[in-house]
Amino acid sequence: MSASGHEAGLFRRLAETGRRPVRLWVDGQPIEALEGDTLMVALLTQGLVLRHSEFGDGARAGFCMMGACQDCWVWTEQGGRLRACSTTVIESLRIVTREVPWPALP
Amino acid sequence: MASPAVIVIGAGPAGIRAAARLVEAGLRPVLIDENERSGGQIYRRQPAGFTRPASALYGSEAAKAVALHAAADALAPRLDYRPGTLVWGIADGAVLTQRGDRLERLPYAALILCSGATDRIMPLPGWTLPGVYSLGAAQIALKAQACAIGSRVVFMGTGPLLYLVAWQYVKAGATVAAVLDTSPSRRRVLAAAALAARPAVLAQGLRYLAGLRRAGIPVLTGVTPLRIEGHGRVAGVVVSDRAGRERRVEADAVGLGYGLRSETQLADLAKARFGFDAVARQWLPETDADGRSSVPLVYLAGDGAVVRGADAAELAGRLAACAALRDLGHAVPEEEFSRLRAALRPMSRFRQGLENGFPWPGHLAAMLPNETIICRCEAITAGAIRRTVAETGAPEMNRAKSLGRVGMGRCQGRICGLAAAEVIAAARGVPVEEVGQLRGAAPIKPLPLTAELGPDEG
Ligand SMILES: Cc1cc2nc3c(=O)[nH]c(=O)nc-3n(C[C@H](O)[C@H](O)[C@H](O)COP(=O)(O)OP(=O)(O)OC[C@H]3O[C@@H](n4cnc5c(N)ncnc54)[C@H](O)[C@@H]3O)c2cc1C
Repeated sequence: MSASGHEAGLFRRLAETGRRPVRLWVDGQPIEALEGDTLMVALLTQGLVLRHSEFGDGARAGFCMMGACQDCWVWTEQGGRLRACSTTVIESLRIVTREVPWPALP
Repeated sequence: MASPAVIVIGAGPAGIRAAARLVEAGLRPVLIDENERSGGQIYRRQPAGFTRPASALYGSEAAKAVALHAAADALAPRLDYRPGTLVWGIADGAVLTQRGDRLERLPYAALILCSGATDRIMPLPGWTLPGVYSLGAAQIALKAQACAIGSRVVFMGTGPLLYLVAWQYVKAGATVAAVLDTSPSRRRVLAAAALAARPAVLAQGLRYLAGLRRAGIPVLTGVTPLRIEGHGRVAGVVVSDRAGRERRVEADAVGLGYGLRSETQLADLAKARFGFDAVARQWLPETDADGRSSVPLVYLAGDGAVVRGADAAELAGRLAACAALRDLGHAVPEEEFSRLRAALRPMSRFRQGLENGFPWPGHLAAMLPNETIICRCEAITAGAIRRTVAETGAPEMNRAKSLGRVGMGRCQGRICGLAAAEVIAAARGVPVEEVGQLRGAAPIKPLPLTAELGPDEG
């Protein structure tokens, strides 16, 4: 399962839905988020996964949402890392949830 | 370069009030926070462009939130305010910061640590599944992003935040499947006298509970969490109830939290002396009544020193600033000290009541199946930790860390440290204080690979 496509996501929006749309690219597919969304919310309102554990124990979708756990890092197509809970989406951001480019985290 | 300033880390209630007091004395302190916007946890702000009123975000605390935000905004031009900036280390009388790709070293004349708290977590099988979040995360999703973490949410753990967040979800229109509290309700009766130290706060807690009951939401107390089920995402939560019967609640998300733990890594890097706090069941930096640590000119305030809540954090922040000012040779009236100390006293008593009424269930660690992941950074299981203890006799946390890697991951034990200590203590059959304190190491959070020291630094 990827963050793209139309299957229901993990998160549910309860309010503040009148914001301007922002388009980003996830695993090569366009998705629409809302201005002011964190990357985590943009991905998980439409998908179920942010990353896969390097230790083979399955998918992860973050945990603490306040920058403590470091379990929501996603990769940009250029190989940069973004902490999804504390990154605000910007137009045309291109990220990958499927392949994990190396090198690994220091 | 100008002479070193007083540096305040954390722009929550404690840090804002500390900075305000320093400005009143004519100083221009540095105020640093990792968040782009001031307010800290409880008074976390929603992004620009969001339109919900303060009453919807902060409920009964709206007036305090508005007042604190206004104070912070009015203060900002009189500070060297550095939002969006991580303090990743402290060494040789300077803090080490990172913002984007820029690293800086800022020497301090005095340092006030107001780093707040994070959720106290007891792992259980299935807690790394997508859909399981800390209780704090569940609240942040709602407050800062107007989202629920799922369509049918179970709140499990213990503590006042458990009921508060569940109630905030109900009010915001989310579906709450159940509230599952590990503390038996008789604990609250025993703690009632201490909780009565702050009658208004106690009454509010009871109102949330009544609201949940009115909304028809099952509230079970005295449960033993068994597992979170699902494949690729949460499908349900299984607990053993007070009578020992297994109960399954269908859900697609879980908010998990057992109270709060002080965020003390910076105090450790500043070389403050720690002691085991029997009430918090955690190693905490030692302070005097005014927030002085064991290291001269290093102070602590707010939840990062001891978890007493937001009102106490505001008072303690101001008090720590008063202490710093006095130690730096500024005149501070004795009356101000005594007033602040007196106001903090009932809050300390209330905190004891909370810890007794909603105790950290450290004993659950002994019962976790071997395959339960404890360290989610490196997928280290309870069984692996127990093996390390059995094979090496690892006497304490830091040896277990170097031998078994627990607490070595990217979170540096912020999430798993307390639970890992309980697993080790149970495996060795010793009280948790005997397994010691996991030491902090810089950088406390990963730095960008591209980060560089500014031209005039180093
Ligand atoms: C997620 C969460 C939700 C909460 N919700 C409630 C609630 O609804 N009601 C309630 O009564 N209490 C709540 N609490 C408790 C409440 O947050 C605190 O009592 C209060 O916010 C404490 O204020 P503080 O100033 O001590 O810390 P905080 O408000 O936590 O502020 C600490 C600040 O320090 C910053 N910081 C920490 N480390 C660093 C670093 N290394 N570099 C840079 N900046 C750093 C953080 O970004 C943060 O802004 C909550 C706690 C948490 C963790």
